Amino acid sequence: MHPALAVIFLTLFSGGGFGLMALVATVNDLQIDGGLNPLQTTVAVLLSLVFVTIGMLSSTAHLANPRNAWRAFTRWRTSWLAREGVFAVLFYPFAAAYLVWIYFTGAPSAPAGLVMASLAGVIGLITIFCQGMIYATLRTIRQWNTPLVPVNFYAMGLASGATVLALVRIALGGKAGFLAGTAMALIVAVAVLKGIYYFWIGKPSGPTIHTATGFNRFSVRLLDQGHTFGTFLTEEFGHRLPRERALGMKVVMYLLAVMIPLAALAIVVTDASSVAAAVAAVSVVAGIGVERWLFFVEAQHVVNLYHGRQRC
Amino acid sequence: MRLGLVIDLDTCVGCHACAVACKEWNTSGTTAPLTDYSPYGAEPSGVWFNRIRHYEIGEYPYNKTVNFPMSCMHCENAECVTVCPTGASYKRAEDGIVLVDQSKCMGCNYCSWACPYGARELDRVSGTMKKCTLCIDRIYDMEIPEEERQPACVLTCPAHARMFGDFDDPESAVGRAVRERGGYQLMPELNYDPSNHYLPPRVHAPIPTDGLRKKAAAKVKEWVNRVVER
Repeated sequence: MHPALAVIFLTLFSGGGFGLMALVATVNDLQIDGGLNPLQTTVAVLLSLVFVTIGMLSSTAHLANPRNAWRAFTRWRTSWLAREGVFAVLFYPFAAAYLVWIYFTGAPSAPAGLVMASLAGVIGLITIFCQGMIYATLRTIRQWNTPLVPVNFYAMGLASGATVLALVRIALGGKAGFLAGTAMALIVAVAVLKGIYYFWIGKPSGPTIHTATGFNRFSVRLLDQGHTFGTFLTEEFGHRLPRERALGMKVVMYLLAVMIPLAALAIVVTDASSVAAAVAAVSVVAGIGVERWLFFVEAQHVVNLYHGRQRC
Repeated sequence: MRLGLVIDLDTCVGCHACAVACKEWNTSGTTAPLTDYSPYGAEPSGVWFNRIRHYEIGEYPYNKTVNFPMSCMHCENAECVTVCPTGASYKRAEDGIVLVDQSKCMGCNYCSWACPYGARELDRVSGTMKKCTLCIDRIYDMEIPEEERQPACVLTCPAHARMFGDFDDPESAVGRAVRERGGYQLMPELNYDPSNHYLPPRVHAPIPTDGLRKKAAAKVKEWVNRVVER
């Protein structure tokens, strides 16, 4: 698949934003480490809104005809993309109401405020699920057609959200030991789940050039694809990554998304250093960006079977 | 009604006339135009509803060239319609034709991701998704003679390798052809249940090419070719 930056930014930033909001709600609901103070909560929710907005705006940049973007909310009965749009928009009033509540009352952990925060968090989590299902429902791309995709989106949204929340807390003078520990646990979950995913998609399965053409008992070889230069199909679906390069990118991804943040968060736990927390947050977002790029480039659409591939 | 095409892979000669006729008709049809990008430039490209690939099947000497035209299959389980967030893509209840409402499409490409057959192509100029309409502006046109109320690709095919009809009617030309010739669907394991069917090439005895005794005339011709300098 063509790794369009607009679509990569959509799930990268909005996933982190929704994860951040869900964790803000959880921390204040359960009063973990005494809960967040009004300033910390305000900054975290604002960051969440900024992240979600970056994601939403970049997704409209991907549209070839954005004039009709408002129609994307209409087919929520069948389309996961429409559901994602509906829930993402529904997220705003609750998150904004929580901000307004804190502004006027200064009590982020009062019950009425927590109701708004929790609703925003739950809606954010539902949106992450919808984003995963956009990809997981496509039977045409076996690397996406697996429940591991929404699971991975959850792990990565929550891991980046937790790292950013630890940064916010520590930079604004709070105890972040527990939050940093949570972020470390979530990052370990990302490493494990993504490992399972890479193992899973490494196994050949699905349609082949034989089932694509119907010649199941013969060897089949493309002689000519019928056009001289690129088409929409080759540009959108033709991307491939050589095995060695893919491996190299996965090493970079694990380094940025797992190793560096884990080391930095370990420093945060022992020394409460806000510089280390910032390094962790930037690194984890960059690493998940690399992961999202790989997610697209490694996805092999079955239409490639009609352009000469033996299997996808 | 379930309208669709039958492609006879036995008789298709791979001339691309169906693709050209399709482009000509539809570039001024209901989802017009079929935009070309730098048609006279170094790397011409553009929107087509119908594309023909060429395959070699089997190993020499039991091999064969198969020409493979593909357009929208007008699937019964049209995932392209299911995933469309705007409602621009729809499947007509009365005849099963899958269409894109150009006034509603926002150009998100999601339907093309859901299509296994590469039937949908984004028009970069209009910003909307375009695809085969089964010549909906021909097949219901009461102004033209009845025998011409067929898709442009079917009418133009010089090898009569394309048939158009109703798959719900077992006695229609397409229903009969699929039944009698073992017509099949592409990638049935994905369960899209495409309407278009493909007729496999007929099995012929291979024509012997080795160990033949040459006729006297051929020997003389060979000798003359060797002796006479050009």
